[in-house]
Amino acid sequence: MNSSPTSSIWLKEIRKSYGPTVALDGVTLGIHTREVHALLGENGAGKTTLMKTLFGLTQPDSGRIEVDGNPTVIATPRDARAAGVGMVTQHFSLVKTMTVAENLALSSSHIVRVDLEQARGIARTANDRFGLEVPADAVISELPVALQQRVEILKALAAGCRYLILDEPTAVLGPRDVDSLLDVVRRLRDDQSMAVVLISHKMKEIERIADRVSVLRRGAVVASTEARGMTSKDLVALMVGAGQSGEVALQSEPLASARKPSVANASQKVVLRVAGLSTTKEIGGLDKVSFDVHSGEIFGIAGVSGNGQTELVEVLSGTSKASAGGIEIDGQEMKSPRPATLMAAGMGILGEDRHASAVHQLPVVENLVLDRLDSFTKWGQLNRRAMSAQCDEAIMQFEIKATSHQALGTLSGGNMQKVLLARLFGRSPKVAVVSQPTRGLDVASTSYVRSLIATARDQGTGVVLVSEDLDEVLELSDRVAVMYRGTIVAIVEAREASRERIGELMAGVAK
Amino acid sequence: MKPRFVLRSSTPWWRGPLLIAIAAVVTFVVTAALIRWAGGNPVAAYRYMFVSPLQSKFGITESILAATPLVFTGAAVALAFRAGYWNIGAEGQLLAGTIGATWFGLQAENLPKVIAVPGVLLAGAVFGALWALVPALLRSRLGIDEVVTTLLLNPVALLVITGLLNGPWRNTATGFPDSDVVAEAVMMPIVWPGSRVHFGLVAGGLMALGCWWYVGRMAGGLRLRAVGLAPGAARIAGLEVERTLLATALASGAIAGVGGASEIAGVAHQLTIGISSGFGYTGVIVATLAALNFVGGITVALLLGVVNVGSFSASRALSIPSTMGEVVQSVLLITVVAALVISRFKIVWKGNDR
Repeated sequence: MNSSPTSSIWLKEIRKSYGPTVALDGVTLGIHTREVHALLGENGAGKTTLMKTLFGLTQPDSGRIEVDGNPTVIATPRDARAAGVGMVTQHFSLVKTMTVAENLALSSSHIVRVDLEQARGIARTANDRFGLEVPADAVISELPVALQQRVEILKALAAGCRYLILDEPTAVLGPRDVDSLLDVVRRLRDDQSMAVVLISHKMKEIERIADRVSVLRRGAVVASTEARGMTSKDLVALMVGAGQSGEVALQSEPLASARKPSVANASQKVVLRVAGLSTTKEIGGLDKVSFDVHSGEIFGIAGVSGNGQTELVEVLSGTSKASAGGIEIDGQEMKSPRPATLMAAGMGILGEDRHASAVHQLPVVENLVLDRLDSFTKWGQLNRRAMSAQCDEAIMQFEIKATSHQALGTLSGGNMQKVLLARLFGRSPKVAVVSQPTRGLDVASTSYVRSLIATARDQGTGVVLVSEDLDEVLELSDRVAVMYRGTIVAIVEAREASRERIGELMAGVAK
Repeated sequence: MKPRFVLRSSTPWWRGPLLIAIAAVVTFVVTAALIRWAGGNPVAAYRYMFVSPLQSKFGITESILAATPLVFTGAAVALAFRAGYWNIGAEGQLLAGTIGATWFGLQAENLPKVIAVPGVLLAGAVFGALWALVPALLRSRLGIDEVVTTLLLNPVALLVITGLLNGPWRNTATGFPDSDVVAEAVMMPIVWPGSRVHFGLVAGGLMALGCWWYVGRMAGGLRLRAVGLAPGAARIAGLEVERTLLATALASGAIAGVGGASEIAGVAHQLTIGISSGFGYTGVIVATLAALNFVGGITVALLLGVVNVGSFSASRALSIPSTMGEVVQSVLLITVVAALVISRFKIVWKGNDR
């Protein structure tokens, strides 16, 4: 096998859009055997979409795939396997109540026969062949995540894969497991002459193992080069788009006039005080997070996904409990932080997943006032007329393209987000925590949502903006905090912040 | 190409009724084969099941009598289901209600009727709610699935009744395992003279209408629906999801319990082991066939009352099993559920992901 010639798969001119949102804008990328190819980019840059295209999970709008120079149609994962492509996604597709061998047998190409003995054989020899030690007869649900991931990798290998895609494989692993995974990747490259595509946010791992690095930014490849000689700093700069500041400045222009001098904020009162928040969750938990947010400022929280932002918003919204630390809203200490009490104290939340915040089957009007029904109630009876009036007003004011009696789930993402923002700002919160407010929205909706957030700030709301889009954070915020491994590593004035510095902090490479 | 269910943005008014009609036709075709196989004539069987009970006053009133407990259990189940609380325990809660009503009825000798009748219904409500309490607490405090716990408490309620009837409540006159007749004071008035249709029908109808009003018109009802449709989103909107579930579960149990009291005080007048012929389970069918609509539930309960009475006469006349009525109900349940899914969602076969 060592002597096999280098072969390659090319993705050419791949375009894919979801409605008005362009996820991939003519991407061309070559993947070669005997190479570890790192794929970098911020969230939403298109990495996962691109790899799903290669594995047949997503159909591109246009573009082609060539395997060793031959045009190949990959419409399903079955086609992908036939072309030698395997993928381990972030969510494992294992039957948790079955054993390792049973899972391997299930994924084999036999339609009728389940060959358990053969599957056991694969599991037993996996250690010698690939350095992948897996217990053949252990039940999946009893295995640690690192081992479950190995079973997934083994499934791909057993299907004869030569191009293995690993989608953020280290996001769920502890440091020691990361080391052994990287050893496996190295063996697959050197002993099996395979291509391994590693989607990752973690510069240190890429520095250690990658032969080639491609950086995606906003659906386009901004760099695809040999990894040798690239430092973490170079990669971060490419990823967050430093040096492209012209573009960013242009985008933020409409809002620049709305920005108040942040110096004034120091004199404003603190509306949200977070002190030493910690949670016990091992991965993605919080570790002594503390910060103050003043009335009339936007406090941005930047960070690569999975560094505790989701958990922080959950704790602030009261849907998750902190193991230590406290929250103070407008000087009032929150003794039992549940959603209702937090909201009563003046907290407003826009969750990162708008679909999880919307009751899809209920009409717009009922969703819009769901959080303050008492103000639309007399003797327990809903005042439908007042609700409709409120809803019509919000539809006008927030430019929502929908009727008040339309089920919320049938609205487009942008309009759904506007309904949720109308609900949030309709209660005039003292603190508004908005998480990934523009994720997946088209350009027009994005700029509208951002202007809403700026307006709320100008009206005196203390805004916490959690976003993985660094441009967004820098454009809107007065101060920027960077989260890394569950804690805030730095808080800087936005006007003094450089993209490079923040990018390094996000990647954990800054001292 | 995988089928996906996508929520319809609007439904023409005729789609629902049309699909229900198709479901009914499919049900007739499927059950016709079974009736044929059992040696009966399907057309004659349907005539006995659906038409002949409506051709005499006796048939009509007996159908209404058979429908009365189903009005209660249908509303009880629909209310819980609307909140996303899968109460399969209406049977047990109804049986608990009969225990409460009998307990009250056996010692209400000297009470005036205006106190005794509300009292016996209240006793049923309290016992029904108590029977619903443990699964409701397990669900709202510990997240333990209520389908299993409510279901498994049903036979327990029947065992409690068996124990009572073989022990303290054994009939003092006959020595048989059924209770003494309850006090005259708690017996509910007949509302259709010359029949056995009693005040329980009115009480059940009022309860179903009350549920309809509460769920559709009141703030608590909107909260209940939001919790049922999307508990996560409801929690984010600051609603007390667990409290809503607990309260709804208890209300559901109370309604089923009143249904049990209505059987004791309205028609049976004593507790027997066969006091319920699966009213709680049929309530699930009623609620589902009515698409969790409370007014529709009254209609469906009356329809199933007709089928229950009719399947006995069909069984007698054609010597086919009397359970054929239940077969018809069950097949109808399956086809209507399918029709409801199709009416609310459209099926998209395009492999276009989002």
